[in-house]
Amino acid sequence: MIKNLGLAGKLILFILTSTTLVFAAAFGYNHLVARRIVLKGVRETTMNLTRATAYRIESVLRSVEQMPRNLAATLEEHPYTRADILRDVKDVAKNNPNIFGSAIAFEPYAFEPQQRYFAPYAYQKGNDIALAYLNVEPYHYFYMDWYQVPRELGHAVWSEPYYDEGGGDIMMATFSVPFYRNQNGKRTLTGIVTADVALNWLQEIIAATKVYTSGYAFLISANGVIITHPYQKFVMRESIFSIAEARGDKNLREIGRRMIYGDEDFVPITDFVSGEKAWLSYAPLATSGWSLAVVVPEKELFADVNTLSVKVVLIGAIGFLGLFIIIAFISRRITKPIASLAATTTEIARGNLDVELPRVTDNDEVGRLTRSFANMRTALKEYIADLAATTAAKERIESELKIARSIQLNFLPKQFPPFPDKTSFEIFATLESAKEVGGDLYDFFLLDDAHLLFTVGDVSGKGVPAALFMAVTKTLMKGMAEPGMPPSRLLELVNQELARDNDAMMFVTLFCGILDLRTGVLAYANAGHNPPVIIRRQQPPQWLEMKPGFVLGGMEDTEYETASLTLLPGDAMLVYTDGVTEAKDMADELYSDDRLLATARDFATLGCEAQVQKVLASVKAFAGEAPQADDITILSLHYLGGE
Amino acid sequence: MATRLRSTRFQDRCLPAAVARRHLQTACRLLPLLCLLLLPLTAGANDLRAVAFIPQWVPQAQFAGYYLAREKGFFKEAGLDVTILRGGPGAPPSEYLADGKAQFGSMFLSKGIQLRANGVKVVNICQLVQRSSLMLVAKTTSGIASPEDMNGKKVGLWEGEFDLQPQAFFKAYHLTIHPVRQTSSMTLFLRDGVDVVSAMWYNEYHRLLNSGLDPDELKTFFFSDYNLNFPEDGIYVPEAFYRQEPETCHRFVRAVLRGWRYAFAHPEETVDFLMHYDTIGRDSNRAHQHWMLDRMQDIIQPAGSEVPMGELQKTDYDRVAGELLRAGMIRQAPAFAEFSRTGQSHD
Repeated sequence: MIKNLGLAGKLILFILTSTTLVFAAAFGYNHLVARRIVLKGVRETTMNLTRATAYRIESVLRSVEQMPRNLAATLEEHPYTRADILRDVKDVAKNNPNIFGSAIAFEPYAFEPQQRYFAPYAYQKGNDIALAYLNVEPYHYFYMDWYQVPRELGHAVWSEPYYDEGGGDIMMATFSVPFYRNQNGKRTLTGIVTADVALNWLQEIIAATKVYTSGYAFLISANGVIITHPYQKFVMRESIFSIAEARGDKNLREIGRRMIYGDEDFVPITDFVSGEKAWLSYAPLATSGWSLAVVVPEKELFADVNTLSVKVVLIGAIGFLGLFIIIAFISRRITKPIASLAATTTEIARGNLDVELPRVTDNDEVGRLTRSFANMRTALKEYIADLAATTAAKERIESELKIARSIQLNFLPKQFPPFPDKTSFEIFATLESAKEVGGDLYDFFLLDDAHLLFTVGDVSGKGVPAALFMAVTKTLMKGMAEPGMPPSRLLELVNQELARDNDAMMFVTLFCGILDLRTGVLAYANAGHNPPVIIRRQQPPQWLEMKPGFVLGGMEDTEYETASLTLLPGDAMLVYTDGVTEAKDMADELYSDDRLLATARDFATLGCEAQVQKVLASVKAFAGEAPQADDITILSLHYLGGE
Repeated sequence: MATRLRSTRFQDRCLPAAVARRHLQTACRLLPLLCLLLLPLTAGANDLRAVAFIPQWVPQAQFAGYYLAREKGFFKEAGLDVTILRGGPGAPPSEYLADGKAQFGSMFLSKGIQLRANGVKVVNICQLVQRSSLMLVAKTTSGIASPEDMNGKKVGLWEGEFDLQPQAFFKAYHLTIHPVRQTSSMTLFLRDGVDVVSAMWYNEYHRLLNSGLDPDELKTFFFSDYNLNFPEDGIYVPEAFYRQEPETCHRFVRAVLRGWRYAFAHPEETVDFLMHYDTIGRDSNRAHQHWMLDRMQDIIQPAGSEVPMGELQKTDYDRVAGELLRAGMIRQAPAFAEFSRTGQSHD
């Protein structure tokens, strides 16, 4: 996809991507550090707030503790009567407005030997102090927490908060102090002094603890029970641990444990009402073992940081837009000439070399490229002009060669049968040129009534020089042949002519035969030519035996020998050039002498023309698509006899 | 059995059942007459047999099967119009059954045997809880790791039928402990006022967990693991009532078992229902009721037990009756065949 983007697109993509990464890293770091700084500040603030609020509650509870503690100390030190006890307990309830009621509960039979229960209880009733006795059956105060816990522990304790249905269904907690007296020289528990405190003020203090907009405080008892919480349904019903269990929040449970152990800290939590991230600071109320917690929603905590971050992102976004526009502008400036250059060169590629190249003034890369294109176009134009001239010249030469070819072919006898009145032999020949003008030649003519001269030759080289040399050779052969002249003599004469002043150092191989039509005697001489094939009736074809002889034109005064044999009627002879045996197929393999001999055997019984055509077809089939490298000349002579 | 203690002075609702019972006995003597007058009025409507059931404690998941049987109409389908009375301190089922204020009551097996041995002719028609959930719990910090370690320690104990297994346990291990009378509050134990505390697995034990103690900080002693498995909650009816209306009894038991099966199959729905039940304790929370329901399943259908739901095994009966005899709480054990009518309510 990126590959298909234009240069401007790529620039924008890569630059903006890397800028974004840099910005994101810087932004993220800044955001984190800012949060940390804020958190540090908030930690201090909320911890202080938590401690201060806890202290306010503590001071009330401590003031409540004072009266029963004093009373317990008095009871331990001084003798008392029933009237003293009743006065004292009323005083406790009366003198501290925070105390709702107070009791002095004695151990069984500890007040009077006959009385099992004695526990006077003074409490606020309207504007008055009422007195009651807790010793009415079945109220076994001995087993109540407010009595039993300090009794077993041997020190003063605050009870867990509870709803006092008798006292107007308000939440209360009881502070209990055990007192001891000497009995038989032993310090013996005698009873418990209590003070009940209504906790509605607690709700008010805690409800007034506002942190940010929706931050809030809550209080838990030493058992983890929720004593106050803005969400009323939790109060006295849930403990921090039951909430943790219901929510599957292990972290909250751990925090709860730390709270009731009396620790203090500032920790992240998931708010168990809103389910949102929040921070919680907690501090213990040492006297009661309760713990106060302040919850601050994280989003409010970090509201300023988040606002700042939003602004930074906004600035970043505007910056991006600017950057985008600038990059787009610059890249368009760069790419516009390139684009128009691309359009122009496309036009040039189509062949329109006269198209105007964009004008450039800058000397930057694009300017240089444009000038290069201009130079290239000029060079191309010149080259094409040259090419056109060359092509015209070549075409002219080719047409001249064609003419030369037709002239050359006109040299060769093309009339078949050439001597219709002669019945003693048949002759057929063909020449298949490799190039327009070849160097092969063949010829035959009657020296007199009874003698037929035939010849096949192959000039070294090809083209016009070869053709000219061939024309000379043929002309000399025909001009110098005389009746009764043996073939060797003819060759010697021709060689003499050709070799003289042969500056071009050309030569020709040539086979020359003279057949006596009456007797069938064939006299022949060879000038370095391939041995012809002789096909005698009823016999397999074979090579004609002869002396090799030197090529014509090679050397002056070369001597040749004439050999002879007698053809019987029905015998035939196949004369050819090396274009046959050295024809190559696609695999660069030669047609070879053996294949020629085999082909000659296959077509031994055919007539002259058919024989030549079959051999030619065989060679062409062998060569297949391979280009023809040399002229192919085949001449077939059949002796029929009977003259 | 117990809800968390509220240190309320003028209320007796939080006292152990046995304490409150004595106090209210006199008042309740008058009530049978009233009930006799009321019964014919409530019966007959829609051809449903009107009956009353009294659980042995305040509404909570311990009785989920009963509440669900009524809520889901299983009682109605069984031809019964069941009023579920509010149990708890001051409303002991033993008295309600004896006085005819309720036809059906839920009680511990030991309580049922005592009642019958002491002349109140009740029969057990369904033994729901097969496994005792009564246990002793110590903090691991106390160093109590085995029963022997309890020697000389302060142990919180409940009264009445809850005292039976601990005493047998102490005897078996030759322990001399300092008993401390325990209420339903766990605070004394939480503040280390006692070393060992009595607890019901489905209730107080979870309250300890929900007071911040982790299970690995607690050493538990289940009596059922010490050859003292006393099956607990069972359904009791007066024998006379059973003779007159055995089919009503069987239909009641079938509907209750159906209610329990439904509750176990739909725990969330059940807990939701309980939390919205108007008389559920205001100090009870969802997590606690859920725990209780789960544990009820563990003790009603203990893992690996092949006892059909609701059936009382003679071996269990003999174990409990034997211990009651040894403790001198009964003089003679009632015959099992007369006492137990369980296993006759199957469809």
